[in-house]
Amino acid sequence: MTQVAILPDPLKEVAPPRGRSGGAAWAIWLLRRLGLAVLTLWLVSVLVFVATAALGDPVRAILGRDYDSNPGRVAQLEEQLNADDGLISRYLSWLGGLLTGDPGTSLANQQPVWGQISANVVNTLVLVLLAAAVMIPLAFGIAMISAHYRRRRPDTVIQTILLALAGVPEFVTGILLVALFSTSVFNIFPAVTIATPGGRPWDNLDGMVLPVATLVLAVTPHVSRIVRASLLEVLDSDYVELARLKGIPESVVMRKHALLNAIVPGIQVIALQLAWLAGGVVLVETLFSYPGIGRQLVDSVRNHDVPMVQALTIIIAAVYIVVNLVADLLSVLLTPRARTAISS
Amino acid sequence: MTAPASAPSAPSFWLRARKQKRFAFGMGLTLLVVAFALFAPFFAPYGENETAGPPYSPDGFFGTDYIGQDVLSRLMYGGVGVLVVAVLATVLGMVLGVLIGVVAAYAGGWWDEIIMRLNDVLLAFPQILLALVVLTAVQNPAPWVIVLLIGVSHAPRVARLARGVALGIVSRDFVAAAEALGEKRSRVIMAEVLPNMVGPLLAEAGLRLTYSIAVVAGLGFLGFAADPGAANWGQMIYENGLGLATQPWAVLAPVLMIAVFTIATNLMADGLAQLSQKEDSR
Repeated sequence: MTQVAILPDPLKEVAPPRGRSGGAAWAIWLLRRLGLAVLTLWLVSVLVFVATAALGDPVRAILGRDYDSNPGRVAQLEEQLNADDGLISRYLSWLGGLLTGDPGTSLANQQPVWGQISANVVNTLVLVLLAAAVMIPLAFGIAMISAHYRRRRPDTVIQTILLALAGVPEFVTGILLVALFSTSVFNIFPAVTIATPGGRPWDNLDGMVLPVATLVLAVTPHVSRIVRASLLEVLDSDYVELARLKGIPESVVMRKHALLNAIVPGIQVIALQLAWLAGGVVLVETLFSYPGIGRQLVDSVRNHDVPMVQALTIIIAAVYIVVNLVADLLSVLLTPRARTAISS
Repeated sequence: MTAPASAPSAPSFWLRARKQKRFAFGMGLTLLVVAFALFAPFFAPYGENETAGPPYSPDGFFGTDYIGQDVLSRLMYGGVGVLVVAVLATVLGMVLGVLIGVVAAYAGGWWDEIIMRLNDVLLAFPQILLALVVLTAVQNPAPWVIVLLIGVSHAPRVARLARGVALGIVSRDFVAAAEALGEKRSRVIMAEVLPNMVGPLLAEAGLRLTYSIAVVAGLGFLGFAADPGAANWGQMIYENGLGLATQPWAVLAPVLMIAVFTIATNLMADGLAQLSQKEDSR
């Protein structure tokens, strides 16, 4: 379920302001970009609030059949959700709570939301960063091998495998890995992550292997395909032809000429995949019972725990926005054409 | 993003499509899975909710599931639900997305800016998240709710692509000519712009179908299927997950069906994308 749509060109965001010194132009560009990110985040909060509080009736969803038979509980929940207030005032008090670091109280166990989420945020971050740390060199390596054999047998085989992997949903890959490595065929890795209360999932490293491997298999194909395409574009260009004619060995051409030019498209697609991972972990964490925000989100949705879902969704959307912001910034910094467009 | 020089004329398009190995293979496999989903229920040895033996027993071809239903029969019944919801969600997402994208590209200026900014907001939600958020406040979602949620989550992604393709077309001479002739805006979009987007949009539809299957199956896997009693490949994984060690086929059979289905539609989508690119370069 990964997204590889057309990558937005970060250079398009750069409206070169003329007649200003370099520093000021940079500050203006950065402020504009930050402003857009904050605006998006605010609209996200409106959308999340409307979707959870206004579309359905959470109290009815929580109580189910008890709704009609238990008016006392209905009144209690409605008071907790401030259902009597207007939508706008409820939204404003919720937003105020978010901004001051108090996103409310869980309906399921009456504990503050933030206290339950904070440890899981770290767990999920570790999982995603580990997956990224494995994925990035792997994807670039595969792309370089594939580009080296371009349009010959090894390349087509690699591309077909990557294409097939790219379509398969991540939880399907995960279940196949579990069947292969922990139940039916081999019995090497545990099928679930076991975290003792107060402990961290990586205390038992064996349990991390399959979740990380699943995420890596889910994102590598997309990154690898984009990087290979940009490598090929450079390898077919005139200046690489010149370098070859000068007698520079192919391995040096690949490393110095091709790879450096594939980094910026690489960053864009990696950012897209990291952002996707923030949501993709939902299924993978549930599959492996990994104690992260993805599994917590699924549990909260099952319990119709509105404050928890709101907070978790905002966090995931914020991760997406921040990752994109950082990627745009890095792309501009690493592209000489864009750097000079801003400050000249 | 360049646009195809002319609308692909149907017969030659299909002629070339059949020669494209990836597309032909993907399309063939997709048709096989679709045929299985549609027609297998007529051949199922047991009923959809019929008990065939004790839970997780090896009776029958694939054994029985967590409450003793025949796994093979459940597998045969479980395709239609996934297929119908995925196809409807894809159609809805394509229609909404193309509408938004083309209007943004054609209107240009402030409208374009506002529409695409709002689009960015929706893009900040991973697809399955949008569905989960709404399911929080809804009890027992009806099938059309799931279709609507997945379709809406496709729309911003399709819109971004459609806008990119349309931008390459709206500035061309024949659009200006149609406007100069005094054609209505809606007619310019329908008769001049859209027919020239068919190639890339077909490829996108294939990709969206792949993701639709993944999200439908994913929601079932999380236990949010539209109809908890009915057989559904995603839901089967959720129900029988605990029995993976004792009765692996109850999980692996639906998992493999989903895997084959998504691989097939993805190959088809990639083949279509290559076809429409070739058309560009002609």
